[in-house]
Amino acid sequence: MSPRRHTVDAFPDADELSDPLLQVTDLTTAFRTPRGTVRAVDGVSLSVRRGTTVGVVGESGSGKTVLSRSIMGLLPPHGVERSGTVTFAGRDLTAMSAKELRSVWGLQIAMIFQDPMTALNPVKRVGAQITESLRLHLGMDRGEARQTAAALLESVGIPSPEKRLRAYPSQLSGGMRQRVMIAIALACGPRLVLADEPTTGLDVTIQAQILDLLGQLQDERHMTMILVTHDLGVVATRADEIVVMYAGKVVERAPTATLFADPKMPYTRALMDSIPRLADPSGTRLATIAGRPPELIDPPAGCRFAPRCPWAQDRCRTSEPPLRTAGSEAHTFACWYPLTNGRPSVPVTHDGVAP
Amino acid sequence: MLATYLLKRLVQLIAVSFLISVIVFMLVHLLPGDPSVTILGPNDTPQNRAILLHQLGLNKPLVQQYATWLGQVFHGSLGQSYLTHQQVTQIIGQGAPVDVELIVLSQLIAFAVAIPLALVTSRRPNRAVDRTATTTTFGLLALPPFVLAPILVAVFAVGLGWFPATGTVPISQNLATNLHDMILPSLALAVGSIAVYYRLLRSDLIATLQEDFITSARAKGLHPRRVMLRHALRPSTFSLLAAAGVNIGSLLAGAFIVESLFAINGIGLALVDAVEQRDYLVVQGIALVIAVAYVVIQFVVDFIFTVVDPRVARG
Repeated sequence: MSPRRHTVDAFPDADELSDPLLQVTDLTTAFRTPRGTVRAVDGVSLSVRRGTTVGVVGESGSGKTVLSRSIMGLLPPHGVERSGTVTFAGRDLTAMSAKELRSVWGLQIAMIFQDPMTALNPVKRVGAQITESLRLHLGMDRGEARQTAAALLESVGIPSPEKRLRAYPSQLSGGMRQRVMIAIALACGPRLVLADEPTTGLDVTIQAQILDLLGQLQDERHMTMILVTHDLGVVATRADEIVVMYAGKVVERAPTATLFADPKMPYTRALMDSIPRLADPSGTRLATIAGRPPELIDPPAGCRFAPRCPWAQDRCRTSEPPLRTAGSEAHTFACWYPLTNGRPSVPVTHDGVAP
Repeated sequence: MLATYLLKRLVQLIAVSFLISVIVFMLVHLLPGDPSVTILGPNDTPQNRAILLHQLGLNKPLVQQYATWLGQVFHGSLGQSYLTHQQVTQIIGQGAPVDVELIVLSQLIAFAVAIPLALVTSRRPNRAVDRTATTTTFGLLALPPFVLAPILVAVFAVGLGWFPATGTVPISQNLATNLHDMILPSLALAVGSIAVYYRLLRSDLIATLQEDFITSARAKGLHPRRVMLRHALRPSTFSLLAAAGVNIGSLLAGAFIVESLFAINGIGLALVDAVEQRDYLVVQGIALVIAVAYVVIQFVVDFIFTVVDPRVARG
């Protein structure tokens, strides 16, 4: 029995094929703190076509987690300011009431959380945590929800699902818990899945399994996905398009192949250099990016990456580069002195990342 | 694993009860004076006193007295009062129900007020409602029952005439009248508990609401009320349960203040009288029952912990 059977499509779309499923326009999310306002997401625009995967990549503190929560509207109830629009299947999520949003959450848009150790309720049985949304959104009765939950556990590769339904999260391994998280997210057959670092807390071998599972389920269920990660290597083979974020802003966006072939923004290049390669001789030191992302309470003038960029010029420190296109509309970047096929057009100005 | 855990606690319970019985026995005999003064009056001869103590077995070594008493206890007898010759078990049987009722009612009131209040205020800490509730409960915490009880009597019994100032009818005689009479005493006893329970639950709830699993529960589209009741409340009740266990235990011993203020004949009053009269067996019997009840309550709380959080039994 497939849970999709129960999905009620509350959003009839005018033009199913050409419209993007999700269109984020100029989204800004700021937190009021005692020290000042932190703009964690600053004027981000992106669009996600149906059935595709967009990878959102950046270091910790780049605003990618806040971005995914902000798209969904899943923010703390107080102390947050959000502006911009998020159009999902033709409707603006930012204009919805709390009640309307709840009818979208879990049913149309689901989130897979970073840490399966903390994102599952420790005192509730796995079964109850899966059936909850089935009963709420799809109106299933207890027995039906339980059967569906068992089928879901089976589909995410958990053996003897009936037994696991009665387990508490602490009785499961990390990989198993992340599979449960995925089952919970996919329970009601969502159209959009926001996966926030879905494999960060897991062993490397388990990481690949979980990502493959996600990809397989995405194909089977025709889901659209936003895959948020700090690891460009994770999205390299799994995303159709990649959005690179730095200090709350989108600094480059391109189809995956284009991005890897011709990164324009030095930050993107630096992220690529930090992916380990099998071809490297053993003992090769991984390139790291010196320094840390800037404070978002008082971000630097000019390009926010300039203080860490080996090729930063005077102009970079005074004036902020706008997003512009490179060749095609699909490839945009924000840099005054873009790279060409990964090579800089200006000399190294200080020893940040040695290329 | 749960069975092993509970068995372990049960063994502890028995050991603790035994220790308590020794301590109770020792403490009673450490009190200056003896029952001969109360029975014979202060002016009788030392010879007569010695005869009486011999008759009561109180001239024997303490260890032997203890062994005799413990032997009786195992046979289900706590002895009888030196003065009234009433069986100690009977004294307890008469007084205990009203104490149990008093404590149960006071705790029901305390939970009924504290839990909803904490659920409401923890969602929006430091807002007006939260500040008011926190300040008020802090004030209530400073009001001991012996101050609060006269205030309640003055306002609700003497002033408004809604409740009787003192006394009650047995629960078996008329339930409605009994409950009505018990409201003020229960309230006097409940107020301190309300303050403690509310503050503990509120701070635990605030901490729980920061957890990732609360965000993931919200992400399912659950109603905020369901998130609070089904996801946040249960993992936030540990401090509350621990405090309730200790608190109910101390209420067993402390209820006598409220009993005496409202003239309710519970075992608390019987205990105070027995101490004054050096009625050793009554004191020992009541103290032992209270102590064992205290330990049993802790045992029940431990069991509830394992129900609330399955990790406790395994950990």
